[in-house]
Amino acid sequence: MEWECVIGLEVHVQLKTKSKIFSGASTTFGADANTQACGVDIGLPGVLPVMNREAVMMAARFGIAIGGTINEISVFARKNYFYPDLPKGYQISQFEIPVVEGGQLEIQTANGPRTIRITRAHLEEDAGKSLHEDFHGLTGIDLNRAGTPLLEVVSEPDLRSPEEAVAYLKKLHTLVRTLKICDGNMQEGSFRCDANVSVRPKGEAQLGTRAELKNINSFRFVERAIYFEIDRQIGVIEDGGSVVQETRLYDPDKDLTRSMRGKEEAHDYRYFPDPDLPPLMITKKELDAIRSAMPELPDTKLTRLVSSYELSNDDAALLAADSDLAKFFEDAVRTANGESRLIANWILGDLSSALNRESLSISESPVSPEMLGQLINRIKDNTISGKIAKQVFGDLWQGKGQVDDIIQNQGLTQITDTDAISKAVDDVITAFPSQVNQVRAGEEKVIGFLVGQVMKATSGKANPQAVNNLIKSKLSS
Amino acid sequence: MLHLLSLKALRERLQKREVSSVELTKHFIDRIARFSDLNAFISVDEEGALAGAENADKRLNKKESGNLTGIPIAHKDIFCTKRLRTTCGSKMLSGFTAPYDATVVERLANAGCVTIGKTNMDEFAMGSSNETSFFGNVKNPWHTSRVPGGSSGGSAASVAARLIPAATGTDTGGSIRQPAAFCGLTGLKPSYGRVSRYGMIAFASSLDQGGPLTRSAEDSAIMFNAMGGFDPKDSTSIERPVPSVNELLDLDLRGLRLGLPTEFFDSSVDTAVLGSVREALQILEKRGAQLVDVSLPNSAAGIPCYYVIAPAEASSNLSRFDGVRFGHRSEQADSLLDLYECSRAEGFGEEVKRRILIGTYVLSAGYYDAYYLKAQKIRRVISDDFKKAFEKCDVIVGPTTPSTAFKIGEKTQDPVSMYLNDIFTNTVNLAGLPSLSLPVGLDGAGLPIGMQLIGRFMDETSLIGTAHQFQLETDWHERCPEDFS
Repeated sequence: MEWECVIGLEVHVQLKTKSKIFSGASTTFGADANTQACGVDIGLPGVLPVMNREAVMMAARFGIAIGGTINEISVFARKNYFYPDLPKGYQISQFEIPVVEGGQLEIQTANGPRTIRITRAHLEEDAGKSLHEDFHGLTGIDLNRAGTPLLEVVSEPDLRSPEEAVAYLKKLHTLVRTLKICDGNMQEGSFRCDANVSVRPKGEAQLGTRAELKNINSFRFVERAIYFEIDRQIGVIEDGGSVVQETRLYDPDKDLTRSMRGKEEAHDYRYFPDPDLPPLMITKKELDAIRSAMPELPDTKLTRLVSSYELSNDDAALLAADSDLAKFFEDAVRTANGESRLIANWILGDLSSALNRESLSISESPVSPEMLGQLINRIKDNTISGKIAKQVFGDLWQGKGQVDDIIQNQGLTQITDTDAISKAVDDVITAFPSQVNQVRAGEEKVIGFLVGQVMKATSGKANPQAVNNLIKSKLSS
Repeated sequence: MLHLLSLKALRERLQKREVSSVELTKHFIDRIARFSDLNAFISVDEEGALAGAENADKRLNKKESGNLTGIPIAHKDIFCTKRLRTTCGSKMLSGFTAPYDATVVERLANAGCVTIGKTNMDEFAMGSSNETSFFGNVKNPWHTSRVPGGSSGGSAASVAARLIPAATGTDTGGSIRQPAAFCGLTGLKPSYGRVSRYGMIAFASSLDQGGPLTRSAEDSAIMFNAMGGFDPKDSTSIERPVPSVNELLDLDLRGLRLGLPTEFFDSSVDTAVLGSVREALQILEKRGAQLVDVSLPNSAAGIPCYYVIAPAEASSNLSRFDGVRFGHRSEQADSLLDLYECSRAEGFGEEVKRRILIGTYVLSAGYYDAYYLKAQKIRRVISDDFKKAFEKCDVIVGPTTPSTAFKIGEKTQDPVSMYLNDIFTNTVNLAGLPSLSLPVGLDGAGLPIGMQLIGRFMDETSLIGTAHQFQLETDWHERCPEDFS
């Protein structure tokens, strides 16, 4: 039988506000345990939550970006359960009326573009962390993360393959970073994903029983966990069994999912509106302000990069996926007054590999867009060759100064003096008689060798095209 | 006798330097020790109070003092204080000291008050007799075999016995007004949102409201003015200034319409209580107030509605007491679930457990609509009843409680009869309105009778003003229980 899988994703997007969602404590990652948790975060008796408007505005920005409805009034509810890293014994979340309802993202699949519907996005506070190592059989609690703002983005079960799930996740990841509402750091847990997975015979309208997969915090794990789970479910059904509704944990080391808790162990969260927080209001005026300050969204950016800069779809997609990278590109093109494809090659080639090597983000690049643009200008006006440009780039990376200073100080200017080049060509012709004869016999490819030798003799400063022309004319005479 | 003086009189003497704050503070500390049998206090901070009093005297000498500088007060042990433990009347928090002061504590300290101690209360403010306290019951100074009311029983008993000039309380369903009635005091529950709840340990967040327990309306105005006002730390607090003391007191009764709900004057109320309330109404009428009949037809739904909503919120509010970070932690536990179950089983008393169970039940899947949601609908209906009544009157008047203080132990075995004590008071919390209880007489056993005034939202002025006008004519508020004068 042919099977079809049905996937819906719940993504926890950590909003990069300066302070927590209901308190003034800082949200910086990596501080010593329990140093960034104030009375509100640790749930002291008597404390009360106060809404951080910055988080609300970020949620609204997201809602507008996905074409969703921003509810003018939404409601915070308490989700009640006991856990040591949940200080109040309840999580403040949104239940019946979330801040954002509806919306969609378009993804590219093997069969063309598909629209994935988003059910809702709601604001909630994160819990702390339980630390099971280093405590000799006991559990430590770190409440630094408690109260960090999250936007939980819930998709409809519209995804039909692990690849589509990853495409959707990447699209969402790009969007929240473009909107500057999340740093997208998956290792630090700023962007976390749970997947609801079920299978059904192809063509069947009714959904199969689903399992919820937790702990899949990289794009690769999402794909692998879903693959494993689909196979497992199909196996269960084909063996005559039936899938049970449960929560399963993905184990990346063993690459499998295992049952965490079944339906009967599911919590009754006893949601009810939080009486400490009045309904959350967002005014039309606030929405207008957000709309007018909306950055260019990834899809629009991609289309524009392709049409305005004559880039290939692949190159444009890579640039559009990171708004900082795209901005770098456009700034460099402005300095160079064109040469967009060459600049895209430099950014996606030399610059990206240098950044990767040193684990830097584009905003931390020691080479500025102006520097890259200037470098391209010097290639264009024949001051340096492409090869020398790579050397100059290396110096720029190491902070050795501006483009023109480096060229000048190191005497890297191309030799445009034809007498000097002519002399170098004559020397090479004398030194390599057999290759000269080959060229004369019509083996044009060997010209390249002779050009190489001239370039070597001039330390790369000769213009390779000029050298080529000169050799041809000297040998044909 | 210093302890018989009103806040205003004490303030005058302090400012004229006829008495020092240290002298005054010592006097009250001595009285608290002398009448410790009442069990009105959980903690007394002699050292801190005297240091505070010395400091107050310095400021009084330099004439840079605030409205209440040098006046000793006590806080209900539900308000968090840095200097003293905050137990909420529970074993769970018997060893808990908060690292911060509640907004109410901070504001009264800024006004110059000297905090002497923390008063006894029903555990987590759940009770109407102060019998659920882990620290033992409080005796009513008017008759020590009687309860002082609750949950602010310690505050009420200590002010009535003149152990302290004024004290703070909290009122979720009547917990300021009912003990005020039982102890012959003026007790104000302000409009919801008037007094910050920050630092006030939550029982039922949508109903809880702090307020003063004082001997007179004038003292109530002084305390309310110092306690109230917008607090950015409480999202339910209202951004409107509290009227000045003069504005609160200055009311012309002529033309004021007093609404008498037929439901509050029925046969379930003691005849002595009804008699005294009617006499008080005549006095107000003589001074120009008009009496009109009104109806609050859904009052009877108040108790069931309240006993769904309050426990629901409480069950969630009390979840943080899990033995993990603070409060009582069981020594018996050897697993996480055990730790929760044993810590909470050992740390909470019976009434608290009962309400957590009720609250958990009414919020559970399958019961939520039938109980919690239904109760919220009834809450709106009750609110609408008040709105309609206020079309015909300015202040609603009736007895605060159906009877005077009952005997210690009389109702402990019957929670429902205990709950019925709040029949006239808890609808007011459901509607978020301001309300005040003032003494209007004594019954045959010599126990105080309270009359309740209910106002429009944010209109504490009409309540305090009416009570003040009444107290200018009468001396019920000056009566002192025999052994404490």
